[in-house]
Amino acid sequence: MKLTLKIWRQKDTTTAGRFVSYQVDGVTREMSFLEMLDVLNEVLIQRGDEPVAFEHDCREGICGSCGFLINGVPHGPRRHTTVCQLHMRFFKDGDAVTLEPWRAQAFPVVRDLVVDRSAFDRIIQAGGYISAPTGSAPDAAAVLVPKEAADTAFDAAACIGCGACVAACPNAAAMLFTAAKVTHLNVLPQGQPERDDRTLNMVAAMRREAFGSCSNHGECEAVCPKGIPLEFIAGLNRDVVRAAFHARREPLVVHGAPLRPAHEDTSMAQ
Amino acid sequence: MQNTLDARIPSGPIEQKWDRCRFEMKLVNPANRRKHTVLIVGSGLAGAAAAATLGEQGYHVQCFSFHDTPRRAHSIAAQGGINAAKNYRNDGDSVFRLFYDTVKGGDFRAREANAYRLAQVSVNIIDQCAAQGVPFARDYGGLLETRSFGGVQVERTFYARGQTGQQLLLGAYQALERQIAAGTVIMHPRSEMLDLVVVDGKARGIVTRDLRTGAIHSHVGDVVVLATGGYSNVFYLSTNAKASNCTAIWRAYRRGALFGNPCFTQIHPTCIPQAGEYQSKLTLMSESLRNDGRIWVPKAKGDTRKANDIPDGDRDYYLERRYPSFGNLVPRDVASRAAKEVCDEGRGVGPGGHGVYLDFRTAIERLGPDNVRDKYGNLFEIYERITGDDAYQVPMRIYPAPHYTMGGLWVDYHLMSTIPGLFVGGEANFSDQGANRLGASALMQGLSDGYFILPATVPDYLARTELSRVDTSHPAFREAEEDVRQRTQALLQVDGGRTVDSFHRELGRLMWDNCGMARSDASLRRALAKIPELRDEFHKDVRVLGTEEELNQSLEKAGRVADFLELAELMCTDALHRAESCGGHFRLESQTSEGEAKRDDAGFCYVAAWEYPGPGQAAVLHKEPLTFEHVHLAQRSYK
Repeated sequence: MKLTLKIWRQKDTTTAGRFVSYQVDGVTREMSFLEMLDVLNEVLIQRGDEPVAFEHDCREGICGSCGFLINGVPHGPRRHTTVCQLHMRFFKDGDAVTLEPWRAQAFPVVRDLVVDRSAFDRIIQAGGYISAPTGSAPDAAAVLVPKEAADTAFDAAACIGCGACVAACPNAAAMLFTAAKVTHLNVLPQGQPERDDRTLNMVAAMRREAFGSCSNHGECEAVCPKGIPLEFIAGLNRDVVRAAFHARREPLVVHGAPLRPAHEDTSMAQ
Repeated sequence: MQNTLDARIPSGPIEQKWDRCRFEMKLVNPANRRKHTVLIVGSGLAGAAAAATLGEQGYHVQCFSFHDTPRRAHSIAAQGGINAAKNYRNDGDSVFRLFYDTVKGGDFRAREANAYRLAQVSVNIIDQCAAQGVPFARDYGGLLETRSFGGVQVERTFYARGQTGQQLLLGAYQALERQIAAGTVIMHPRSEMLDLVVVDGKARGIVTRDLRTGAIHSHVGDVVVLATGGYSNVFYLSTNAKASNCTAIWRAYRRGALFGNPCFTQIHPTCIPQAGEYQSKLTLMSESLRNDGRIWVPKAKGDTRKANDIPDGDRDYYLERRYPSFGNLVPRDVASRAAKEVCDEGRGVGPGGHGVYLDFRTAIERLGPDNVRDKYGNLFEIYERITGDDAYQVPMRIYPAPHYTMGGLWVDYHLMSTIPGLFVGGEANFSDQGANRLGASALMQGLSDGYFILPATVPDYLARTELSRVDTSHPAFREAEEDVRQRTQALLQVDGGRTVDSFHRELGRLMWDNCGMARSDASLRRALAKIPELRDEFHKDVRVLGTEEELNQSLEKAGRVADFLELAELMCTDALHRAESCGGHFRLESQTSEGEAKRDDAGFCYVAAWEYPGPGQAAVLHKEPLTFEHVHLAQRSYK
């Protein structure tokens, strides 16, 4: 089949971008969407046009590298599917398809469809871990983890950090990403000692980046390729309240954190 | 350089070697640790774990990844699980049994002392990961679940649904991010190592290219750790992520590190078959599926009926027939070769006849669809997403694909290469796996190297070694930087007629046909004749557009393929010299009367480590003899 692609081309972060249209021919149903772009790029190189830059690696939907807007929808029309696993059998001959990078102030465009998602790493740095220096661990069977907690932790930990939730959100909020990591660690017995600090520090870190606030649109859940549910955001909000009510000593000093502890930041609720 | 290598294996009983080694190691005073800079290249299981742990100990660590964030490393894609000799199931497992299985599974081409240490450390890995909050599968009592995996008769494999690699990597990534926040680790994302710098015979730094701006940077350290993964992408189509490459280890090889067993590649039996020419990679289906799935092909050649229309009597469950005691759980190499054989006989299924069925009908009848969904649900979804087929209704189609490379830079017991100060961890080293890796052992090795071995051996090196003060103005750095610039510019200046991918595809086909699962003297000589021609053509006719001062993905690929074109020749040289069948490699001239692989212990019971002699000259072979004191040399039998 033959498709018309309207693709965002942008040389680098500071240069203005624009849409360019391309025809791509010889697309088959069995191809993945990225393989279709490979075909386009081969043609572009042959005729002396610079290929379209897009991020990808495992092409199995797990590394979280890939992702762009297909006709305005992160990762395209298939639910629970990253763009690398989206196959062309869901398109038909003659379709016009628009490709754009994630649109969010916190994710500046690097080139074409590639964006900078390092803001996510900085949220993890603020508390998205359990402090367990190598060598200090007790026997793995010494701490029992109820199956339900283990399953919930896994469901939350399935997040691949692709950024689709931010791209889909009208406010470009990073709530689903942050809530997923907070939930993963906060439901586990091993995560309890740092639970309150983790929650507040990660929320504070999220707000330091250029993400917006959550206003419960639910677009994030709809596009999440791993099906991370909205209820984790509710859980995060509960944990923020819980942490705020707990008597606390001096806040943890976190690299790059604001001077005021997060629970005193009145703009934070929701 | 000596022709026989010293692996620095500690003396004494095998159970005490690692303890003895650790006791004999020199330590670095906590106050002095921050004065030492450790450069770690790669942020997968081995790299991230080593960076986090050395950071926790107080060293100044700099970690490099070509990805936008360390969490993208290809370790993330491992599905099935991680072995540990915990014996939580009370089913007869022990450290010694895991060691025994690893040596035997590796077809007696692994170092006994390393395999034993790996089995010992395996129990600490599970403890470490559980403490980090890795959400392993649990039973209703809250205890850890385990399962049997790929050719093993005890249930020692820990897992997190079908995403074990992801969860273990996120554990290591989070520990790494914690150290980044603490200031002990400086992370360099989107930075690709393009050369190693050796000063006074010691590894003292690396040269990287910033993939965003194209800037070439030198980095000075007291020690360099490579944890840059494997090179299965030399076959173009493999289960590896698209960017996985050999450049870091290849550049180290060219600077003097020996390359161990380059021809040892693992071909994984359960991948989704290729669907067309444009195919960019192959997707693995975890071999945990073989626990409950039954593998078969039609008994008759050219049977065109749909799978469900073929009655049981017309199906050949060939693994169960040929290997009654292991059945569908034979090791990877045996399962892969058997699949290739039935397809070569003309009994393969699907497009091109390159496929066999993996059938869950019996399991669904026995366990019920809900239990099957609970165990394998996400794998069935992956399969459906790619092929459009529902494996609850029709059998999956699978075919072998390159998956893992047991070969890599030669390292001693301390994981140090032949260049002092250059350590190599995870898949990038020639590994503890021998000629074939058992399922669920790669994650174990990556984390063993990263959390426990390197953080013990790297400090020992630092404590023992006098290091001169070096900065980036040193001529060795200037020369390496200049070399990188010239190579990069040369690729841009060719301005030929063929894309990088077209060369990569051609190389891949050449390697799969001639240096894949089955090899012969003739096929390898054919490849050795063609590879230099293809390489010459590449450097005369490749087309890379754009400039070096920008994000240029074609340029990145071109550099990697240029190195694959050199590595391929070394792989074939090694394969040609090893005139025996062993592990995943079936040498046509070396088989039993029943057509099974025949190892040649008299001739090849050694690690082949190759030295780079300079451009245009034949690689020089060094040998590390292997002795087996605990697991006695025997032809493997899974019948």
